Amino acid sequence: MSRENTLVSAQWVEDHLGDDNIVLVEVDEDTSAYDKGHITGAIKLDWTTDLQDQVRRDFINKEQFEALLSSKGVGNDDTVVLYGGNNNWFAAYAYWYFKLYGHQDVKLLDGGRKKWELDSRELVSDVPERPATTYSAQDQDTSIRAFRDEVVDAIGVKNLVDVRSPDEYAGRLLAPAHLPQEQAQRAGHIPTAANVPWSKAANDDGTFRSDDELKQIYTEAGVDWSKDTIAYCRIGERSSHTWFVFHELLDEANVKNYDGSWTEYGSLVGVPVSLGDERGEA
Amino acid sequence: MSCGAKLGGLSLNGVNVAKEAIIQGQVVREGVPVENAYVRLLDRTGEFTAEVPTNEEGHFRFFAGDGEWTLRTLAPRAEAVDKKVIAQTGSIAEVAIAV
Repeated sequence: MSRENTLVSAQWVEDHLGDDNIVLVEVDEDTSAYDKGHITGAIKLDWTTDLQDQVRRDFINKEQFEALLSSKGVGNDDTVVLYGGNNNWFAAYAYWYFKLYGHQDVKLLDGGRKKWELDSRELVSDVPERPATTYSAQDQDTSIRAFRDEVVDAIGVKNLVDVRSPDEYAGRLLAPAHLPQEQAQRAGHIPTAANVPWSKAANDDGTFRSDDELKQIYTEAGVDWSKDTIAYCRIGERSSHTWFVFHELLDEANVKNYDGSWTEYGSLVGVPVSLGDERGEA
Repeated sequence: MSCGAKLGGLSLNGVNVAKEAIIQGQVVREGVPVENAYVRLLDRTGEFTAEVPTNEEGHFRFFAGDGEWTLRTLAPRAEAVDKKVIAQTGSIAEVAIAV
């Protein structure tokens, strides 16, 4: 993968509005954002109700994903262009999710909804009707998804990249600061994890920095490019953004997103936790 | 004022204000509220901590920690505006921002 295959500009999207084989998909943390206005022709995926199992803490399974995309009118050969608020956190999460189930052609709108709005581009309220398809998904590609046991085994062995804000990493905050801070899990980070906030990868307008800048940021933060990497945050959406940088923009092969992230790790019994700004020992 | 409403306009229903260090306010342009401005919260080192779009009345809110923070506001057709604010657990810091 590379920037040319995985990222499109706001202008590119505007130039391709109405193209038959392109499906614009908005995914937001604020699931009501789409209803207040969205890019012409875009459909909505709700990360809480569409992409999560409603009983267990896990993703919907392959058959459910097939049913979801079929009902939304997304075909296997369609180019899916994802965008959303929060600098594309949840759009990047959906991107990773589409890749998990093997969708071939997925792209991210660089800068997401914020860039689109700051450019004063048009948002509409019309909800498009797409005829249902018969979507066929692949089995989950677990080469890009990390689970808790391999995260514990990775301490001191692989690159662990904690992409939360410095205050969350150190244990001074328990959640991103636009959310209430009362949380059940312990505060802190996984020992030996480097703290490289996801925001280091983005410009103020939400677009990604250049490949050279990105490489330098992670190198200076101590990422060893000869090692495999696991990224995590609080619930796996900001780390999808960093996974996208490593795996899709910088073309690094062995990079996983730990979607259990701190809400799972910080609730595990018996695992090591580091507090403060230092990485901590293995 | 309706139940749960506070100065700042956003509801605090379900939020334990005593345990939160709240920063909130309103973004205006020539006295008119600005919807969909982006307010980001930077920590004492200038590092990004969170970002929210303003609502239709220009309001925003953060749940921070004790200490000094910077609010950086981005809006269409405006330069970024930085404002410093002190947050304290159990209180609400109100910030008015003009772009």
